[in-house]
Amino acid sequence: MSPENAILWAIAVPLIGSIGILLTGKIANLRETVTLVTAVIMFLIVGSLTHIVLSGERPSVTLFEFLPGLTVTFTVEPLGMLFGLIASGLWIINSIYSIGYMRGNNEGNQTRFYFFFAIALASAVGVSFAGNMLTLFICYEILTLCTFPLVTHSGKPEAMKSGRTYLGILLGTSIGLQLLAIIWTWHATGTLDFKAGGILDGHVSGAAISVLLFLYMYGIGKAALMPIHRWLPAAMVAPTPVSALLHAVAVVKAGVFTVVKVIVYIFGYEFLAEQLTTNWLVYVAGFTILAASIVALRQDNLKRRLAYSTISQLSYVVMAAAILAPLSIMGAVLHIAAHAVGKITLFFAAGSIYTAAHKTEVSQLNGIGRKMPWTMGAFAIAALSMIGVPPTAGFLSKWYILMGALSVEHYFAIGVIVLSTLLNTGYFIPVIYNAFFKEADDKDDPHANHGEAPLPMVIALTATAIATVLLFFFSGLPLELATQVVGK
Amino acid sequence: MSATLSAHLPALQVVLPLIAAPFCVILRKSAAAWFIALVFSWVSLGISIMLLEQVLTHGPISYLLGSWPAPWGIEYKVDKLSAFIMLIVTSIGSITMIFAPKSVNLEIPKDRVYLFYTMYLLTFAGLLGITITGDAFNLFVFLEISSLSSYVLISLGSERNALTAALRYLILGTVGATFYIIGVGLMYQMTGTLNIADLAERLPEVAETRTILVALGFVTVGIGLKLGLFPLHVWLPNAYAYAPSVVTAFLAATATKVAVYMLLRVYFTIFGTDIFAALPIDEFLLVLGLIAIVTMSGVAIYQNNAKRLLAYSSVAQVGYMVIGISMVTATGLTATILHLFNHAMIKGALFLALAAVFYRIKSVKIDDMAGLGKEMPYTMAAFVVGGFSLVGVPLTVGFISKWYLILGALEKGWWPVAALILFSSLLAVIYFWKVIEVAYFKPRPESADTVSDVPLSMLIPLWVLVGANIFFGTNSNLTVSTAMGAAKALIGGAP
Amino acid sequence: MMDLSVEIPGLFNYWIVIILMMAGFYIVISHGNLVKKIVGLNVFQVSVFTLYISMSKIDGGAAPILDETIKSYSNPLPHVLILTAIVVGVATTALGLALIVRIRDAYGTIEEDDIIELERTDT
Repeated sequence: MSPENAILWAIAVPLIGSIGILLTGKIANLRETVTLVTAVIMFLIVGSLTHIVLSGERPSVTLFEFLPGLTVTFTVEPLGMLFGLIASGLWIINSIYSIGYMRGNNEGNQTRFYFFFAIALASAVGVSFAGNMLTLFICYEILTLCTFPLVTHSGKPEAMKSGRTYLGILLGTSIGLQLLAIIWTWHATGTLDFKAGGILDGHVSGAAISVLLFLYMYGIGKAALMPIHRWLPAAMVAPTPVSALLHAVAVVKAGVFTVVKVIVYIFGYEFLAEQLTTNWLVYVAGFTILAASIVALRQDNLKRRLAYSTISQLSYVVMAAAILAPLSIMGAVLHIAAHAVGKITLFFAAGSIYTAAHKTEVSQLNGIGRKMPWTMGAFAIAALSMIGVPPTAGFLSKWYILMGALSVEHYFAIGVIVLSTLLNTGYFIPVIYNAFFKEADDKDDPHANHGEAPLPMVIALTATAIATVLLFFFSGLPLELATQVVGK
Repeated sequence: MSATLSAHLPALQVVLPLIAAPFCVILRKSAAAWFIALVFSWVSLGISIMLLEQVLTHGPISYLLGSWPAPWGIEYKVDKLSAFIMLIVTSIGSITMIFAPKSVNLEIPKDRVYLFYTMYLLTFAGLLGITITGDAFNLFVFLEISSLSSYVLISLGSERNALTAALRYLILGTVGATFYIIGVGLMYQMTGTLNIADLAERLPEVAETRTILVALGFVTVGIGLKLGLFPLHVWLPNAYAYAPSVVTAFLAATATKVAVYMLLRVYFTIFGTDIFAALPIDEFLLVLGLIAIVTMSGVAIYQNNAKRLLAYSSVAQVGYMVIGISMVTATGLTATILHLFNHAMIKGALFLALAAVFYRIKSVKIDDMAGLGKEMPYTMAAFVVGGFSLVGVPLTVGFISKWYLILGALEKGWWPVAALILFSSLLAVIYFWKVIEVAYFKPRPESADTVSDVPLSMLIPLWVLVGANIFFGTNSNLTVSTAMGAAKALIGGAP
Repeated sequence: MMDLSVEIPGLFNYWIVIILMMAGFYIVISHGNLVKKIVGLNVFQVSVFTLYISMSKIDGGAAPILDETIKSYSNPLPHVLILTAIVVGVATTALGLALIVRIRDAYGTIEEDDIIELERTDT
């Protein structure tokens, strides 16, 4: 298979799979098999592109031209490669987990669930392989729309209300700001292709750059910069597999991925670094990191706490990219990967607890570590990665971000990282401590006698926890890709 | 034979449906009348395509009716713009006619169905006549032919409100048409000609006189009434809401488009861009357009009748077209002309989808549409795609027109305008999502009968339009290049 | 300064046109009775007919007949146009009145205020 065909197939396979899911919807086992097989094939196809990208090639395929001079084009470059690998790889694990979760909780409309999940993955890979800003925008919008039925899966009034918040913020920012920024870019430069070094140099200058940056950064609602972060906690009404793969990996990472793409390939980080008016982004991101962490401290609902932690971690990526030093941008790239495996593990754990023990609040988790050692063990590993303790993946990315901040002597950023590490410790460590070392106080609870969650779920969360550690020891591939992104 | 026939295509385009109309009356059979209307719509579509091809390859066509030389005789003139508009009108007509019979038989008493097709053909002929004629007074005659027959079409609606809606439209429409002939009369008084090309040549000499400026005012208001230009749109929501479903689909997709065409002709062919320096009509249009897109989209949010909701949305969409005109640039006009086509496809699809809904549940109230996503999956899926196109989601035609409109605004440096256009798209998301949420995420009430999807004879034309939304949204070369050519001719053709 | 004693008689027709136009338009807007609205519409249209006819008149011109004795004649074109416009006007009036008959059948009244009241109770 030529690399060009591989790109198309990587997007087509989940779409074909989604049709397969619809057709086999009546027979649950067959349907789940279709999902799993689709996920594996997709991962293999995406994986087959890795060595080509590593060798320096940038395979590209143009589907059609839909406005004169504007095409729908997919080009694989290192950053997209990494995101594609993460999204498709974690889909396999998440599918295994979903089977356990959806059956364990007797959820309805499972065919619709798997169907839209597959489409969401296709659009996530579309985002990662997009060759120009418009293609990215199209896939970004499809991703928003096809995750709406997943967020509102239960169909209850509060789910519908959250769904409206979700759609309102994501569509509102992308149509209102991002599209304007894209058309402005096109108007100014006559191109929307992603180019190393950016395309804006010499076309836009002065305060306009700052305005354009604002339109992009707040137009990418999926990156959840404050104050447009509210959709993410709202999305937590979704079933946990959705929160795990989409709202810890695919959707939110599509957001920060777009941020990094825009900074590196549209503006060009060296061009941005020369500007005097654009460093507000570091402060906004830094503020979001701290504020979201403080809010997370106060959340008793486990999934909401994780959601605010995600908001804070996403801003790490934004801040790292906004520091505009090569090392920090590498850190941003690595953090996309590190946070993905870590946070999906945490959500898996939250879902396991809900399925096995029917508990959703942090305060109910005393002593649960003894009943669910695998789940809480994985939770602990992932939490350490969030804090940035070696030997976990989180340490690696934080290290690079710190190094980058030091290289340009950005002391605000360094301060934020140090402070937020303390806050992270503050909202994760008590959970782990209480789970393992406090006595359970749920004797009256009818669900008190529970063991581990169903086997598929345990397998999934163990696998991602191991991946969190492995990513620390075997970081060659992501590091190499990150190096290629900054071109150093 | 083919050579002589093709030379007379411009005349045939109007004459054929005009002659066909009385045959429907003579035959008095619903099926026969439908068949005549169907055949002649498709023949006209064929003629439109041939005319467009001729214009694209050989340039504008001038046809002298009865061989009387212009400017004394009536001249029919086909250029890129009019060929493009005719393509819109005939393609929508052909598609709605396939869709029509089942819906019409349900909504219109059996003994009047043949009259429906008669009136449809007259409207059709009138609209084509407006587009093709090169004579300002002849245009008025065709305007009245299309208007009078469309009043009848609207009054055929099944509720009694249809009658009052039709009468209101008749009064305002007649006032509008009369304003138009006052304007034309004043222009004739100053130039002594009614031929549009001739007018364009002679007007500059007297362009600064008060008579001509007054004429421009009268014509603008007159066409504005037909156009549904805010705040002259008051007749429109009721007329669209209470007309038979098929009529709404046909008129919404064609009548306002032809009115926009008239506006373009008057401003750019007759008066030329210099007139905007003498009278700030462009700024006036910009303000009205902006108010329309924001307030009318806002009003649409609060409608419970889906047809009414889309009617208000149409007024807002006319606002987009008017904003494009107000830019007085090639890009702005390209956006307007593109949106003429694109909006015809969007609203055609949406109103046909509603016609299909009405066919099954006898209502287009949003509350009554609960749970239809499951029961009528193909119809509602068409509605969803049409809605996305209305909002301007990429890969649909709505995105293409919005792209050019915003590009035009940026070229002029009109930042707030670009922002307002995007803001009103967000309002469109809200009012359209209201329908989606009810149809897909609310269960069908226990008391309601279960319904199935509509027959293929309705689904196919509906999906042809939906397909056009996607096809021209992903492959816009034909529409964009034609619109751009027409826009450049309009701007450049000014003296 | 225009000399009123000369201008007003010379522009007499146009003054009448304006008066008729405004009167007709006012009736259309202000009267609640639908038949009267149609009457107003007719007056409004007739004013325009007069406008066209007036502009075609040439001082001392005869009727436009092809004859060697006639040197100067009125412009025939506006007459022809207005013949068309009259036909259109008649059609509009007929259709309007027909609709009013149907409205009276459906609502039992032709007063706009009453109709609006009935429509409100409909929905």
